[in-house]
Amino acid sequence: MFQVRIHGRGGQGVVTAAELLSVAAFLEGREAQAFPTFGSERTGAPVTAFCRIDDKAIRVREPITEPDAVIVQDPTLVHQVAVFDGLGGDGYLLVNTTRTFSELGLGTYVEGLRPERCVTVPATDIARECLGRPLPNAALLGAFAALTHEVSLDFVATAIRHRFSGRIADQNLAAAVRAHSFVLTRESEATVA
Amino acid sequence: MRRQLEGSQAVAQAVALCRPEVISAYPISPQTHIVEALSDLVRTGDLAPCEYLMVESEFAALSAAIGASATGARTYTATASQGLLYMVEAVYNASGLGLPIVMTVANRAIGAPINIWNDHSDAMSQRDCGWIQLYARSNQEALDLHIQAFKIAEELSLPVMVCMDGFVLTHAVEAVDLPNQQEVDAFLPPFEPRQVLDPDDPVTIGAMVGPEAFTEVKYLMHVKQMQALDLVPEIAGEFSQAFGRSSGGLLHAYRSVDAETIVVALGSVLGTIEEVVDELRAEGVKIGAVGLTCFRPYPLDEVRQALGAARKVIVLEKAFAVGVGGIVGQNVRLALSRDASVYDVVAGLGGRPITKRSLHALFADVLEGRLEPNRLTFLDLNRDLVERELQRISDTRRSGPHAENILRDVGAVAAGPH
Repeated sequence: MFQVRIHGRGGQGVVTAAELLSVAAFLEGREAQAFPTFGSERTGAPVTAFCRIDDKAIRVREPITEPDAVIVQDPTLVHQVAVFDGLGGDGYLLVNTTRTFSELGLGTYVEGLRPERCVTVPATDIARECLGRPLPNAALLGAFAALTHEVSLDFVATAIRHRFSGRIADQNLAAAVRAHSFVLTRESEATVA
Repeated sequence: MRRQLEGSQAVAQAVALCRPEVISAYPISPQTHIVEALSDLVRTGDLAPCEYLMVESEFAALSAAIGASATGARTYTATASQGLLYMVEAVYNASGLGLPIVMTVANRAIGAPINIWNDHSDAMSQRDCGWIQLYARSNQEALDLHIQAFKIAEELSLPVMVCMDGFVLTHAVEAVDLPNQQEVDAFLPPFEPRQVLDPDDPVTIGAMVGPEAFTEVKYLMHVKQMQALDLVPEIAGEFSQAFGRSSGGLLHAYRSVDAETIVVALGSVLGTIEEVVDELRAEGVKIGAVGLTCFRPYPLDEVRQALGAARKVIVLEKAFAVGVGGIVGQNVRLALSRDASVYDVVAGLGGRPITKRSLHALFADVLEGRLEPNRLTFLDLNRDLVERELQRISDTRRSGPHAENILRDVGAVAAGPH
């Protein structure tokens, strides 16, 4: 089972991100379960959502405390909320920011993780360019596909088309593709270096 | 067709496939996406003919449902938590009058203190109201139980409450197999009421009954409930034949046949329990689980049979009777001989997650004899917090409200003095 925890703020689409990820995995023929932490919904308040992906039926219903991957939609959360709790040394970390891990003050923390499994992606900037709005979801899912290979970009795209239609779908798709290439380019650069 | 859907959306689709003719609901919290989605289906004409009544309270929601059902309309509503409590007078009337309304209860805690999260306090408070109560383990079962519920309700002329865990199921997105309209139509024939307000053949429903006949009418309520013990598994059987999957029935036994220890529970926690059972079985522990799908009527004989020769029975429940102890536990005892030990465990109150780690620790305590039977246990109780508050009470007469004191102790943001 692959377990993903997504941290963001109310209004950024954290719950939608988890749902879209589960739909992508489902469309790819896998079992998936997405659910939010439940609280009084307030714009701007820290929100967490979860997604489990497996090849067999998922029965467990507890919140994810030992994630295989953490996605941080809002970098201002990294020193406020325990976003890294339970993330093991082999875990994947995807943070939406234009800065580097060391600029975020996370240099020491990511030294404990595998470098090829940690990435910062300017998902909000990509969203602004592709959608004209700072909604980083689609870009983060594209980046997640490139980083973890748990879902493919094709099925992220199909999930986006299921959820949105017309121009909005096209724009979200463009954002996902851009972020996907961003991560792949970074990986190939790292290999060359 | 298999689809990846939020639990509430899946149930809304299933209810729509049952062709309800009247849906009444009160839209504000505590309410679910179920009636929101259904109101949309009525607005767009995808669910027709159907009258959607947006009423002024939960009391009105069920009162309107009672009126609609009495005129022979297939009727549905949904509620949760305080909403269920607010409609209680009508809840008893619906069952007393024998009206086959189907209602989803998206299980949530009841206050005080205010809490919007999941447990079974709401539905358990109404366990003896005369409705049939079914509890879903998963979103698939929740969807399937609604289709079965209309058939059970209309066959017996009794209301059915389908309980599904609020948030844990209602807000979880997972794959469900949604049948098509032809399949549901073939399974669920049009509603043919056993009693109906018909201007061409006038009757009254809801007469005043004095001491000369009240007992007899109430006795018949009990007889009808007990008939459900035959009908619920019968309809589950028909369902499995028609749809090719097993859902519903009176109970669900999991690896319990040779089990020396059995965990009894209701609802979505059974998934997590089954995971732990598998892990313990892999270590050679003879443990199993029994999920009660039908809690009312209570399937005494089937529970007795399912618990078999188990020496230790752990009853894990998301509600309790203050001043007594376990609710499900007391019912389970009726099915057990005196030499079996029962462990009443209250867990998951007000949305506290029930984790595999805590279940492993609990089951180990039982298996290794560290837990005394017949004592009420609260899973993951923070004893320090409780002791501190008890100390405050004994030290100071005006020690203040518990909820606020304890929130301050745990450092919750909103709890500071303002």
